[in-house]
Amino acid sequence: MSSPRIDVSIEHRDAPGPPGKRHPNTCPKCDSHYRDDELDANLWVCPHCGHHFPMNARARIASLADPDSFAEEATEVRSEDPLHFFDLRPYAERLAEAELKTGLGEAMVIGHARVDSTACELAVMDFAFMGGSMGSAVGEKFSRACDTAAERRIPLVSVAASGGARMQEGILALMQLPKTVAAVEDLKDAGGSLISVLTHPTTGGVLASFASLGDVVIAEPNALMSFAGPRVVQQTTREKLPDDFGLSESNFRFGHLDAVLSRHELRPYLARLLRLFSSDGD
Amino acid sequence: MATDHELRLRERLARLRSVNLLGGARLSAELEKLERQLARLAEETTDEDIWRSVELARHQDRPYTLDYVERLLDDWVEFHGDRGRADDHAVVAGLGRFDGRTVAVVGQQKGRDIKDRIDRNFGSAHPEGYRKAMRTMELAHRHDFPLITLVDTPGAYPGVAAEQHGQGGAIARSHALMARLDVPVVSCVIGEGGSGGASALALADRVLMQENAIYSVISPEGCAAILWRDAGEAKKAAAAFKPDALHCLELGVIDAIVAEPEGGAHSDHDEAARLLGDALREAIDELQPLAPDDRKRRRRARFRSLGVYA
Repeated sequence: MSSPRIDVSIEHRDAPGPPGKRHPNTCPKCDSHYRDDELDANLWVCPHCGHHFPMNARARIASLADPDSFAEEATEVRSEDPLHFFDLRPYAERLAEAELKTGLGEAMVIGHARVDSTACELAVMDFAFMGGSMGSAVGEKFSRACDTAAERRIPLVSVAASGGARMQEGILALMQLPKTVAAVEDLKDAGGSLISVLTHPTTGGVLASFASLGDVVIAEPNALMSFAGPRVVQQTTREKLPDDFGLSESNFRFGHLDAVLSRHELRPYLARLLRLFSSDGD
Repeated sequence: MATDHELRLRERLARLRSVNLLGGARLSAELEKLERQLARLAEETTDEDIWRSVELARHQDRPYTLDYVERLLDDWVEFHGDRGRADDHAVVAGLGRFDGRTVAVVGQQKGRDIKDRIDRNFGSAHPEGYRKAMRTMELAHRHDFPLITLVDTPGAYPGVAAEQHGQGGAIARSHALMARLDVPVVSCVIGEGGSGGASALALADRVLMQENAIYSVISPEGCAAILWRDAGEAKKAAAAFKPDALHCLELGVIDAIVAEPEGGAHSDHDEAARLLGDALREAIDELQPLAPDDRKRRRRARFRSLGVYA
């Protein structure tokens, strides 16, 4: 018998974690099972119980942008391996595998688009690419999205989904926190605005940098957003965690969010907000 | 392979050498310092060297923020409380006189004995600590006091209350405020620079690091537990992500290494303070003549240029 496969991926430590060998299209809440096209037609929300399945960056963009309005930017930006990092497998190999799996060059896709006819810049993360971890390439892409938004005088909408900083890039991954924050500050100084959408999960370095700095911060229901993941908190404090630890609803209650919105409400809400931000111009 | 940083150092060195040492001791000291750093860049750091830094950075007798405050500042007045919820003892903030001028100081503080350590929460701040830091930074900004931050934390505290009170947001906003300050900002990592809880206080014009300090995205134990599924592999993890000062310098993350007394900062607190004081003074003197807008622009550009990508 082959030995059980050990999950060594750092990125998934705070992931939705389907218990056992659950099929990704099986709802973890109500056990309903769907085909891809059924979920796709309902924005990857369980039609039965409303559970929000993870949504990849392309599907997210399609769900927000007007048809054919999205023009991707900085497609050429790729991660490098400055530390020649090797844990159980080389980082370079993990990168190649992530690109094959997701069809994306990095864990973030940026570009400009129209949402219900209002122009904006989008920066959308994809959790399937190494757990949406932020390394130099993600930091650079976000930073460029800020600049484009400032130049075009359009708001920036970021959609976060991330396990945090990408450990394989060491200290340079940590430096993406100050980097993305500095980019947001430059955008705000230029009169721009950031609307931050947090999706499951948004943790660690991404929550502790640009994702928390939106002029408006909103989240999807039942999404985990915490600086430290539940496992780390549990092990450190040995406290019993509240059932809603770090979830959107708890964050909303404690005043960290402007709204918790289901995926179906997101586009109309953003459209309204973007119109408000763009009323004198565009 | 010559890195950009090494080239920059060599260039600066060449420039300094061409100046007749009219500037006296300060200039020659800088020349010496650059030469030393260059020499060390040329040497390969071994995995053992890196682990030694990890151990020294956490040495129980290593000087902490208040040890430096006591030795470097006159008329120290410490602030308490975040004006909302609590006073976080893991963060120390206040005003004092450094070289005759008023400066604001913010730093993490660890405890010396077990009681003190618990009181300081082992240097791991809650959001309240970052809010205390921020109100001190704002005050410095309004009164044109240079800001010095001393970084020494294993990381921001991972607790239920810390999360409920907005740990991620507090760290993000502390970064953001530092990017907005009009005053000269100098940071030095004096022990452990652990993750976002450390960089939240280090978005500075000049980032320094003591010779045996470490600065990293995660603790070696945390990295080992996640990547190797075994916290015992910490040494291996540290060797892989290289949190030592030399590698940080090489990657452009820090601007200079502050020397420590022979054997490490713990062996002679007075000498460690003198060396740190010299480095802070030099950095502030360099920054003070710049126009506030220019300083801020350069500070942001410095951080926005960090990263390696294709």
